[in-house]
Amino acid sequence: MFGYYIDLATRSLKRNRALTALMVLAIALGIGTSMTTLTVMHVLSGDPIPAKSAQLFRVRMNVFPDDTFTQGKETPDNMTRRDAEALLHDARADRQAAMSAGSMVVTPPQGEPLGVEARYTGADFFPMFGAPFRYGHAWSRDDDAAGARVAVISGALNEQLFGGGDSTGKTLRMGDQGLRVVGVLGDWDMNPRFYDLSNGQFGDSEQVFVPLSTALDLKLSTSGSTNCWNSAPDPHAASAPCLWLQYWAELDTPAKAAAYRRYLDNYIALQRQAGRFSHPGQVELQDVMQWLDAKGVVPSDVRLQVWLALGFLGICLLNTVGLLLAKFLRRSGELGVRRALGASRRAIFLQCLVEAGMVGLVGGAFGLALAGLGLVLVRHQPTDYATFIHMDLRMLLGTFALALLSSLLAGLLPAWRAMHVAPAAAIKSN
Amino acid sequence: MELRPILSTLRRHKITAWLLVLEIALTCAIVCNAVFMIGQRLERMDLPSGIAEHELVQIGLGHIGNSPDAIAQSQTDLAALRQIPGVQQVAVINQLPFSNGGSSNSGIRLSPEQQQDTLEASTYYGEGVLPTLGLHLLEGRDFRHDEYADFGTVIADLRNGDLKNLPSTIIVTRALAERLWPGKDALGQTLYVGKGLPFRVIGVVADLARPNNLNWGVGYSTVWPIRMTVADGSSYVIRTAPQDRDAVLKAAVAALKQLDPNRVVLVKRTYDEARHAFFANDRAMAGILVGVIVALLTVTVLGIVGLASFWVGQRRRTIGVRRALGATRGDILRYFQTENFLLASFGIVLGMALAYGINLFLMMHYELPRLPGIYFPVGALVLWAIGQLAVLGPALRAAAVPPVVATRAV
Repeated sequence: MFGYYIDLATRSLKRNRALTALMVLAIALGIGTSMTTLTVMHVLSGDPIPAKSAQLFRVRMNVFPDDTFTQGKETPDNMTRRDAEALLHDARADRQAAMSAGSMVVTPPQGEPLGVEARYTGADFFPMFGAPFRYGHAWSRDDDAAGARVAVISGALNEQLFGGGDSTGKTLRMGDQGLRVVGVLGDWDMNPRFYDLSNGQFGDSEQVFVPLSTALDLKLSTSGSTNCWNSAPDPHAASAPCLWLQYWAELDTPAKAAAYRRYLDNYIALQRQAGRFSHPGQVELQDVMQWLDAKGVVPSDVRLQVWLALGFLGICLLNTVGLLLAKFLRRSGELGVRRALGASRRAIFLQCLVEAGMVGLVGGAFGLALAGLGLVLVRHQPTDYATFIHMDLRMLLGTFALALLSSLLAGLLPAWRAMHVAPAAAIKSN
Repeated sequence: MELRPILSTLRRHKITAWLLVLEIALTCAIVCNAVFMIGQRLERMDLPSGIAEHELVQIGLGHIGNSPDAIAQSQTDLAALRQIPGVQQVAVINQLPFSNGGSSNSGIRLSPEQQQDTLEASTYYGEGVLPTLGLHLLEGRDFRHDEYADFGTVIADLRNGDLKNLPSTIIVTRALAERLWPGKDALGQTLYVGKGLPFRVIGVVADLARPNNLNWGVGYSTVWPIRMTVADGSSYVIRTAPQDRDAVLKAAVAALKQLDPNRVVLVKRTYDEARHAFFANDRAMAGILVGVIVALLTVTVLGIVGLASFWVGQRRRTIGVRRALGATRGDILRYFQTENFLLASFGIVLGMALAYGINLFLMMHYELPRLPGIYFPVGALVLWAIGQLAVLGPALRAAAVPPVVATRAV
């Protein structure tokens, strides 16, 4: 029976090609734009580290002195070196890392000096954020303590400086300073770069990783935001009143997370007792998705585009409903004959829906092509996330589901009206 | 034109008519808001920077390892850059208007007792900012040579709490002056930075936009008599004739490389490129909105054409009867045009209400201003015109139906 409906639908669609083309075009345009914007949204709001996003926590606290503290103001993103070092020293989490973005100029064995992006952090960083090593390994916690002259470099920089291959033991030159390469990373890109959103939310990960203690010793330049509440000659000094370090803790179970939160509350209480401030202080412990949510990583333009596209799809569907309705009712004569010959209302209803569904599927296929085109356009936009936008299987299936669903929805009302055509009147009026 | 027959026909096609009205309403609402947003973006892209945009090039350098004597090197660099033919002015400046990346800002207070900052002003440092950027001095004067202090010295003095040698003069923009001292002459006024560091206003410039964070007030900028070096993260800004920019940029990079090959060029661009990059997102969004408007109007027009064609086909017999009874072609044409006009009018009324609602939503979530009233009549006229044009084809086909159709069985 279903095959017969399909056959009928094909005949009917072929009979009025211009109109069929119009309906397919409307659905394709609506689906194409919606899927383009939804794909961008889907990629941007995705989980950058699904395996661990519930175990990694951003730690933030408000330890402003009383004259800078404003009740109800948002807890600052970064921490002072004093607090970060205190938490690192206590080491109450399963793993923990304080970090800052930086920039360096390295001298390759041959060729021009090269500006690179760096991250100054601790040994725990690599296992915490699941950074895979192609060669060598991370530096040790002893290296952190000693400020050892070591570095981990990205696969891409290894290619560029040393021509690929195992470069552990080689020296990364920066003028008269040198860092011994202990590890080369494999493919590792976090998008969005959730561990530090202040330095470009999307993009390739850093090319060089250096122990924070070493970077401080060598006075390597940092980048990202540094926010001081008092004049500070050296914002990176051990007791400088400056917020510049990101702090992350890995807590494997909810119980540990709760315990860590109590520990942080306790830490703040101790600081208050020590006389640093008299306000209650604030502590924030957020896992990766909470953190991304709080920072609003999806650009507002992208949200706006999704609304626009959905509105557009709505208009395209209204259009299709109108055209289907006109089409079915114009065929009331034919429908009347079928009813008179014994077709049930249900059969007429189903047949009309099959016709609408076919329009939807063809429209979905064209819509997919349009979405592909749209994504190419998105990738050519000057945004920092442009290169990461791609369609995955879920969105591909979603496209067809949306197309079918919306066309069936569009067909519902016309099919309902068609099935209520009174056979006698329809035949007579012909 | 008699409206009653049209209305009674529409009543018989209630659902289809309502669908068309809804489609026109939604289109009207979205198009009004999209056009408005395009206007907002264009306005943003058009903001004045206050500087001689087409005459500037920028070179940023990074040094390998610890830099040598930065002040001496800056002097040597500046001397070499001034030798390049075509170079009119050179300065080491910490930032430029409308550029991405970090920016230097400072909280401003009107009295030392004030607890909270009045506003965040952007802070421009560098010797010769005014002549190099081509700022228009409205009143007062530029800094004298002896007023400048080295950035490093300022930092050291702050560290030691030695405040007597710090600079004490400042130049502000007109926008900032009007915000801080409305209706008063800004010259000679004192503003305070941090915990009571006083600065006396010695000059007011017309415009100088801030690098980013435009929502803090685009024109709230200050210029300080602080001498920078490239080691402080500042860059060389060269003023030259527009046609010489490329040649000067190339020669300048070559000269700097020759002076010290141990440096990398991090930034090398004309100011026009910098500004273009800063507004790239707005340009892209405006482009997308234009695309959406075109697609929307196309779909709506096709919808009108499709439905009208159907109705014409369905009413062929009726049209034939009317023609046989003496209706002219003009009557038939007018019938369909009027029918569309009625539907469009319903759609527009509904659409305007919807447009207003969407605008309220956007105002709440996207910091958009209120939709100006002029959009309503203009939007209505445009939609009426589009509707009339769309229905013209089917209406002409209807008018061409010969009276003889009435006598034939279909």
